[in-house]
Formats: sequence, structure tokens, C-alpha cells
Amino acid sequence: MEAVLNALVLIGNYIVVPGLAYGSQLALGALGVTMIYAVLRFSNFGHGEIMSFGTMLVILATFALQDFGLSISPLPTALLALPVGIAGAIGLCLLLDRYVYKFYRQQRASPVIYLIVSIGTMFIIGGLIRFIIGPKDRNFADGERFIMKASAFKANTGLAEGLAIKTSQGVTVLTAFIVVGVVFWFLNYTRTGKSMRAFSDNEDLALLSGIDPDRVVRITWIITAVLATIAGTLYGLDKSYKPLVYMHLLLPIFAAAIVGGVGNPLGAIAGGFVIAFSELAITFAYKKVAAYLIGDGVLGDGLLQLLSTDYKFAVSFMILVIVLLVKPTGIFSGKTL
Amino acid sequence: MTKHPNSPTTNAKSPAQMAPTQRNLLLFAGMAALLIMVGVLQSWNVAFSILNMCLISAIMALGVNIQWGYAGLFNVGVMGFAALGGLAGVVVSMPPVDAAWAAGGLGIIMGLATGIATLIAGMMVWRRGQSWGRWRYAATAAIVISGYIFIRSLADPSVAAIEAVDPARTGYLGGLGLPIILSWLVGGVFAAAAAWVVGKVSLGLRADYLAIATLGISEIIIYVLKFEDWLSRGVKNVNGLPRPVPYEVDLQANSWFIALADNLNLPLVDASSLMVKICYALLFTVVLLAVLWLSETALRSPWGRMMRAIRDNETAANAMGKNVTKQHLLVFVLGSAVIGVAGAMMVTLDGQFTPTSYQPLRFTFLIWVMVIAGGSGNNWGAVLGGFLIWFFWIEAEPIGLWLMDVVTSGLPPTHWLRLHLLESAAHTRLMTMGVILLLVLRFSPRGLIPESRR
Repeated sequence: MEAVLNALVLIGNYIVVPGLAYGSQLALGALGVTMIYAVLRFSNFGHGEIMSFGTMLVILATFALQDFGLSISPLPTALLALPVGIAGAIGLCLLLDRYVYKFYRQQRASPVIYLIVSIGTMFIIGGLIRFIIGPKDRNFADGERFIMKASAFKANTGLAEGLAIKTSQGVTVLTAFIVVGVVFWFLNYTRTGKSMRAFSDNEDLALLSGIDPDRVVRITWIITAVLATIAGTLYGLDKSYKPLVYMHLLLPIFAAAIVGGVGNPLGAIAGGFVIAFSELAITFAYKKVAAYLIGDGVLGDGLLQLLSTDYKFAVSFMILVIVLLVKPTGIFSGKTL
Repeated sequence: MTKHPNSPTTNAKSPAQMAPTQRNLLLFAGMAALLIMVGVLQSWNVAFSILNMCLISAIMALGVNIQWGYAGLFNVGVMGFAALGGLAGVVVSMPPVDAAWAAGGLGIIMGLATGIATLIAGMMVWRRGQSWGRWRYAATAAIVISGYIFIRSLADPSVAAIEAVDPARTGYLGGLGLPIILSWLVGGVFAAAAAWVVGKVSLGLRADYLAIATLGISEIIIYVLKFEDWLSRGVKNVNGLPRPVPYEVDLQANSWFIALADNLNLPLVDASSLMVKICYALLFTVVLLAVLWLSETALRSPWGRMMRAIRDNETAANAMGKNVTKQHLLVFVLGSAVIGVAGAMMVTLDGQFTPTSYQPLRFTFLIWVMVIAGGSGNNWGAVLGGFLIWFFWIEAEPIGLWLMDVVTSGLPPTHWLRLHLLESAAHTRLMTMGVILLLVLRFSPRGLIPESRR
């Protein structure tokens, strides 16, 4: 019995808890991608860099706050600095929309052109970020590190394996829960949210009913910027901030959005967790779990790891391929907001 | 429906006041003048190394142009296909490592065979099982997963054994020991095979899916090349690939060449390295002309006309009985093969294979900027774009550094802002590429040499 519990704790510690946190971060990222897709109808390759940009501002503000000696310990100071990042990201998105995307909207350009344009914005933002903060790795998490330490868990339960919950993981899940709740409330119960859904559903009909398209587009960018900054900051708190890593986050985020059904907010959230859990479950070495459940060395002395952690991005890609082959519309057949 | 910037509906004015051919000649002459200027001002060695990379870039740009210009397909994975071409250079030309083959060659071959068998079995079950309901998914998944575990159990010990064979010098299977020129073809085949798989999965769906799928596959190819040491030595790199052209030391010992260098009044060392570069340039020019001739012929043929028809209006072409998805797959595979050839050529020129050097900015997006700035849909435009953008890519860093230096020259040499700006000059490339891409798309979407109306 204790062996089974130990095995469960192992899985909880290395898959469930990190998966919940990483899944929430991906879900918030994918939600942003999916919103842009639903309203503006293109896949925004610049999303990873918008996340990165917002996070960068949060980091700079955090450093400034730390200099002033302000802190909200045990919570990380970055939460206090979030508004700065959000405001900056909103400004960036609105500027990009005004000076880059608006032109193509008026031309009614094809999605492929938008795609290339979004790659152009990705470079410009990426360059800007490296210009301001540099390409180096930065750790900006402060406050209490753990909600529950592995050693405390071991002492309390008497089990051989420990279950640790980092503060950043707790904060991530809680924040994601609140943010997603607010977004859904906004989309379903406010007048603006309803007009956005109408616009995404049928653009011409929405225009006929007197919905201001510019306003809908603006609000979509604002929501996207908020989601991106929060997702980026949470990811940075949980791991660390490095511009290159954020660029690579694009693939799992797109995979999450497509798995759930692009354009479908509920799907984006489900997709985020699907990708996160499969990534962790496939790259986890089950050697110790097997040792608890069926005895040490019964299955040979391999690590019992399906795929080495070097290939964690391949997991998103495999899931993407499977979805494209089996159900290209995604789990929640997408394209409605 | 994909709307291409070249479709007749775009109301772009012809930028040319003079006759287009005259203008194009002028553009190419200007490019030649730039290279000659480098030759005179910097050195002819530098000029020819830039020219060689220009030639390779032009071939890559032709490959992307086949996909984007002819068919409106957006390939974000140029890097991956180029890297596969590079792998071909290693696999074809390096001498085989006999000890490694003895240690684990059999296991690897068995693993590969099992892999192919698993794929075929999985596909057969998937095809046959259309009426099985949920069992279809379960059966296919069971075959693939058990096959995967079987492959790992076969190949893992062999991989470990191979990588243990003198890891400082070999630790991989080596290649076939054939002339490296052959790898140019093989590289094309490798890239074509990968493109076929990606295209089969993602073509026929929305345009963004191809972009995202190619983005994914190219990252994964690079990861495989980085971490599968038995295949490519991973981050330990493969150095000293054999050359298709003479070595400098041999030239320097050659009495005929010594006399030539003497006649030209050049130091022997400079003359020999210049000679090697000229040989490469000749070889690359032959390939470039061949690819260019083939693409032009294809573009003028009925097939090319059909491709443009599909690009400009998929629905109409479909209604005329053209199989859009099949043609897209064909053109995607062809374009990727050309990129693979260029990738193999680049590794040949470098004489080494370094998986870490493959960066999306340098290998995917730079090529895209070349095609779009040069003129999408026009092969000559792609070639010009390849030359011009590569030239500025190389010369941008010295120019950027010089610019930063001038701008901040009023500040004391240790001022933090000056140091920061000088340090970040290297990142200006990223931003410059983005700005060029956006400006060209916005103000001159048809590029320097626009597609001609036929």
C-alpha cells in the first residue's frame, strides 16, 4: 500500500503539479492566440514575443520595486509589477495594430499575408527585447519559494517520496483560474464581449447590426496583451526568463490552440493542459515508479523513459500531427468565440 | 482561398518606367558592382566568400520561390530542410567508422527496419479499419506504441555502443565515403522525403497549418541532429568533410600553380585560397544555372500556368478539375528538395557540419526576406534577392557597429549607454530583417523584379 502511495506521490510531484502549472501557462498563451484567430482570422506568430515583451517590462519594474524595497512577501514582487507590463504590452499591441495590421485589414489581405506580417513583427519585437534587456537568462522570482516543501511532506506523511509545491506553481494556477473566469464572464455576459462573439461568428452580419469593427479589434488586442503578459510572467516566475525560450514557446502554444480547436477559447484551455501533461508524461522516467509498483529492475535497468527530455518540443509536434490527421478541427471544433 | 500578392486583383502599379529587362540588367550589374567594390576595397578573398554564399542563398531562395511564388505555400521550416541537406553531406562523404558499424550497425539497421515496418503496419490498420469505430484508434495506437518500444529496445544498446567508440574523434557511424558532390543530390532527396511527410499531413487544410507544421518539423530536425550522436556526432560537430575541389596545400606545392601566382604577382597563400573559392564559385554557378533553367522552364510550361491558376484562385482551379492538394504537395516537395540541395552545398563549402549553427533567423527568415524583397513569383527576382540580402546581411554588422560608434562618439568611451549600444549592435540584424520584411510587404509587395504578366 505504501509502495502504491509512494508511486502516486512521485507522479504527483513530477507530472501532476508541474503539469497543472505549465498547462495553465500554455492555456493562457493559447487563449491569446485563439482570440486573435477568432476575431482577426490569422495565426499570430508574434505572440511569443508579445509574452516576452510584457514579461520583460514586468522584470524591469520588479527590479525597480526591489530597489525601493517594496515587496509583498511571501508572494513574488512581480505580481505587483504586473500592471506595468500589461500597460506596456497593450501599448505595443495597439501600436502594431494601428501601424501594421490595420493596412492589411483595409486591403482584406489573405491570412498568409497576415502570417508573414506577424513574423515581421515577431522580429521587430524580438530585436527590441534583446536591445533592451539582452539575451541572457534572468531570474526574478522572490518571496517564499515553496508552499509545501518535499521534506515537510515526508515528515508529515512518513512516505519515502516528497511532494513539493512551489509558490510560483500555486500562484500560476490560481491566477490562471481567475483570469480565465474573468475572460469567460466578459465574453458571455458583457455587451462588448457579446459584440466580439458576434463579430467572430459572422463579420458582415455584425457590421450590419452596428458593431464598430475597430473597437472590437482594439479590445481583442487589449485582451490578448493582458493574457500574454500574465502568461509570460507566470512562466518566467515558474522557470526563468530567457528571450530565446519564449520564442520556442510558440510551438506548444500553437499546438495547444489547434488541439483544442483554433478560435475556441474553451478548446485553448483544454489544449494547454493536454499538451502540458503529455509533454511531462512522455518525457518522465518511470524507473522509480515501476520500482515501487512491480519491484526494482523487473523491466530491466533502463530509465523507462518514452522520450528523452531533449525532445520535449517533439511531443507538441506529435500531438499536433495526430490532431491534424485525425480531427483537423480540434477537440472542440473551433472557429467560434 | 489564398490570395497571393501577385494575384491580378492586387492593384500594384508597375514600378518600372524603363523596359523591364533593361531595369533587371541594371539591377544585376549593380549587384556585380557591389561585389567588385568589396574585392577592390576589402579583398578579393572576401568578395569571393560572399559570392559563394550569395550563390547558395540564391538557390535556397529559388526553392522558397517555387513554394511561395508559384503556389502561395508558406514554408516556415527552410532551416530544417537545409539541415537535412547538410546531414546528407556527412552521410555521403565521410569515411565509414568500421568499429562503430561492428559495435552497433546491425542494431541500428534492425531498428530502422522495425520503424518502417511499424509505420506500414500502422497505416494498413488505419486504412482497413474505417468501419471499426473506436477500435481503429486503439489498434493503430497499440501498433505504433509497441513498435516504438520494440525499436527502442533494439536500437538503444547499439546507440550506446556506437557512441562509445572513440567518442573524442568518432563516436558515430560515419558515412559512405563517396564523393561529396553526390551528397547534393542525396540532400535534395532527404529534404524531399521530409517535405512529403509534412505536406501529406498539413496540406489541404488551412494555410496556417502548413506554416505551423513546418515550424515544428524544422525545430525537431535540428534537435535530432543535435542529440543523436550516432548519426551526426551531435554538438561535437563533424569536421574535415572531403572537398570536391583541390586543397590549398596541394596547390601551393604545384609547380604550375606557383608559376601562375608568380605571373599574377600574388602571394602564394592568397592565390591558393582564392583559387579554391573560384573553383567553388564555378561549381555553384553551374548548379544555380541548372536550377534556374529548370524552374524557368517549369514556370513557362502548361504545368506552371496551372500552378499560377491554382495560386490565384483555388476554387476556380478546383472546379476546372485540377487536384489542388496533389499539386500543392508536388510543388512543396520540389521546393524543399532545392533547399536540401543548397543545404548540402553549404556544408560542402564550410567543410564541416555544425548542428548548433542552424538558427531560424539565418536559415528560414533570411531566405524569406530574400524572396519577398527580390520579387515573389519571379525566379530572377529570387536570385537577385538572394545575392543582395546576403550581401547586406554580411556587411550589416560592420556597418551597424560603425554607425553605433559614430552615434555615441560624443559620449566618453566607458559610458554605460555607449557600451550597451555597442554590445547590442549584433541584435540589430533581427530588427533590421523585421523592418525590411514589413516595409517591402507594405510598400512594394511585388519586390524588386516583379512577376511578369504572361
